[in-house]
Amino acid sequence: MSATTLLRPTPSGLYCAAGDFHVDPTRAVARAVITHGHGDHARAGHGAVLTTRETAAIMRSRYGDGCAGRIDETPYGQVVDLGGLRLRLVPAGHVLGSAQLVVEQGGARVVVSGDYKRRPDPTCLPFEPVSCDLFITEATFALPVFRHPPAADEIARLLASVRRFPERCHLVGAYALGKAQRVIALLRQAGWSRPIYLHGALLALCALYEQLGVALGPLLPVPEGLKNALAGEIVLCPPGALNDRWSRGLADPVTAAASGWMRVRARARQRGVELPLIISDHADWDELTGTIAELAPGAVWVTHGRDDALVHWCGTRGQPAQALALAGDDDDHD
Amino acid sequence: MQRFAALLDDLTYHDQRNGKLRLIADYLRTTPDPDRGWALAALTDGLDMPHAQPALIRSLAAERLDPVLFALSYDYVGDLAETVALLWPVAGPGHPPPLGELIATLGRTGKAAMPGVVAGLLDQLDTTGRWALLKLLTGTLRVGVSGRLARLAVAQFGAVDPAAIEDLWPSATAPFTALLAWVEGRGPRPANPGGSAFRPVMLAHALDEATRATLVPGDFCAEWKWDGIRVQAAVSGPARRLYSRNGEDLSAAFPDLVGALDFEGVVDGELLVLAGPAVAPFADLQKRLNRKTPGAKLMRERPARLRAYDLLFDGPEDLRPLPFSHRRQRLEAMIGSGRPGLDLSPLIAFADWDDLARRRADTTGTAIEGVMLKRRDSPYLAGRPRGLWWKWKRDPHLVDAVLMYAQRGHGKRSSDYADFTFGVWADGDRLVPVGKACLGFTDAALEHLDRWVRGHLVKRYGPVAEVSAGLVLEIAFEGLQHSTRHRSGIALRFPRIHRIRWDKPAAEADRLDALLALLG
Ligand SMILES: [Zn+2]
Repeated sequence: MSATTLLRPTPSGLYCAAGDFHVDPTRAVARAVITHGHGDHARAGHGAVLTTRETAAIMRSRYGDGCAGRIDETPYGQVVDLGGLRLRLVPAGHVLGSAQLVVEQGGARVVVSGDYKRRPDPTCLPFEPVSCDLFITEATFALPVFRHPPAADEIARLLASVRRFPERCHLVGAYALGKAQRVIALLRQAGWSRPIYLHGALLALCALYEQLGVALGPLLPVPEGLKNALAGEIVLCPPGALNDRWSRGLADPVTAAASGWMRVRARARQRGVELPLIISDHADWDELTGTIAELAPGAVWVTHGRDDALVHWCGTRGQPAQALALAGDDDDHD
Repeated sequence: MQRFAALLDDLTYHDQRNGKLRLIADYLRTTPDPDRGWALAALTDGLDMPHAQPALIRSLAAERLDPVLFALSYDYVGDLAETVALLWPVAGPGHPPPLGELIATLGRTGKAAMPGVVAGLLDQLDTTGRWALLKLLTGTLRVGVSGRLARLAVAQFGAVDPAAIEDLWPSATAPFTALLAWVEGRGPRPANPGGSAFRPVMLAHALDEATRATLVPGDFCAEWKWDGIRVQAAVSGPARRLYSRNGEDLSAAFPDLVGALDFEGVVDGELLVLAGPAVAPFADLQKRLNRKTPGAKLMRERPARLRAYDLLFDGPEDLRPLPFSHRRQRLEAMIGSGRPGLDLSPLIAFADWDDLARRRADTTGTAIEGVMLKRRDSPYLAGRPRGLWWKWKRDPHLVDAVLMYAQRGHGKRSSDYADFTFGVWADGDRLVPVGKACLGFTDAALEHLDRWVRGHLVKRYGPVAEVSAGLVLEIAFEGLQHSTRHRSGIALRFPRIHRIRWDKPAAEADRLDALLALLG
């Protein structure tokens, strides 16, 4: 069995016939392996799910206890043997619980990266490179314009702005799963010890992170009646709430957004962001290409994102690669 | 350079005026001389930088970047300078030059050496620095900071009176070291500019109908807004200068006017050129503006003239804090019955706003483009202060109407058609009249039109001739009102014939619906 026949793209997502399961299926299936808890990867309604303990907790928190017929929680690195087909989950460094899927059969090894990054992240385990014959990679930021600066520098810019505009509050749009907690943890690393105020949509996942052992320091819900009393404070909300009714009562907020898309001016301007913070949970161009160069797999398949640029780059390096054109749009999830 | 680039970067994102002021003031506080002064020059358009064409940047990109990845990236980012800034490959942290040094380097670099110098700078700068450099070079930097806002930031930074900065600014030069030293309390106040120096100009806001309704006629003086260019003449002994409203020295282009000025002080007015006794069209003034030094023939045929609006200095005396009505008296006293090169823009007596609107509408075909309203008690303030001066432009609506009836004039014009009724299309192919106007045109146009009417006569009712629907008139008007007098149900306010559209088929004239839409 060769690596490139172990998995194949289907309208429901990647499918492994030998093990009869889908990876991050886009519709309800009998058996699914879920790489991480983001909505475009983890959906409710599957018969049986195999995933990490943390992702299982995230799925239950988001979709309820009955979100799947059965969930098999699998610790990182533990081999699941399906009659000669061996699976294991390996840290992807994307968000808490995120995993790459390693599939092996008869000496052929495939790695499905899921979403990943190579930068340090205080809220999750770092990406673990696994050499393989076929590397199936994400490509969300696969354009050479995307080079994420060190996250600590971006947090320093946020804190500098807080000092510069002490009479305003700083409202940071951050995706509810992963980004919000990482921004909080980075703020704590930078010495910000004041309570951080949260939009209601972020409360449950932050509490879950703490339960799972990620310390976030003092967090408070935004007090509805006292929104205008938050001058000098940092408030986090989902990106969609940056410009909606909810944010109107705040004390003349400086609107910030933490996302890899903030690297491009038009994207930041489009959202009316005054303080773009380039903080991403995805691999940037250098990480994507560096990882492929490091693994030097026999073949690369590119799933969602900018596959054209990455496949072209592989071509210039003599690295066999092809685009899978799988459905998926990560645009709003970073 | 990196610090300046970071400032520009922040300014592009902060839309709030107060935010921008704070950012600039913070920058001035944390950046040493002379860089902060050069930055101010860049923000206030006072930077003399060579401009690079986008082609230069494209060719640099072609040398260093994979063409496919560049094309995909450019397509995504949509801005050339930003794309190259993001993609430019760098070996490691560079040693970017300070802003002042960078400006000096670019200033002495010739065209041939420019690509190499720019590439060398890009190698040293970080992403934001590269973006700022390329934006500056291509002249496409838009950070939403006016010169005035930057000067206000200087004032806020040092807690000094903004008016003092406005006053000193025109005679200060980049990198503004002495001015900034005074602002920070480390140096003496720079000397006030001499008698022939440029003084910052006071500008008016455009007046809309809603605001106009709140103004009290008695609070204001009205004067014509002439269709020339706003200038300032500053004379002190042998030093005579003519400035544009931005402080650009125009003296060399108008030696006929500058040579004639014989007053002492600073006059605010409109620069016009004459054709005989009348004001020549703006295009003629443009012709003179385009010549750095005009020939004798041009000066003889199109002499320049200053039509005075205001007196800022009478000799060394600063009149700017005085009310407009006082300054106006002093201006009239100074000009008296006339001075060489200089005449007085008259005040317009008016009973109420409708009266003034009518007078304004009557100026079609003249060198007047509207009316200026100045509060009688307004001091002369730099910039565009709110609520003091208004420009009430003749800013007409236009409609293409079809000529329906022509009527002979009275007296001298009794043999010519002088009054014209026009209409627009309604329900298919029916014309309904919407107004009547006389022709504010030259005799040649009138003659031409007269001939057309005689050639297209359908029926005659005494002095009135009905014509076939074949000639389109572009009608300018101030507004619309309901009317029971016209079959169309509406009447145009202050309509006048703006142009005769000899070229336009009558069938393509406007429809009544389009006019009704204006009524809302
Ligand atoms: Zn994800």
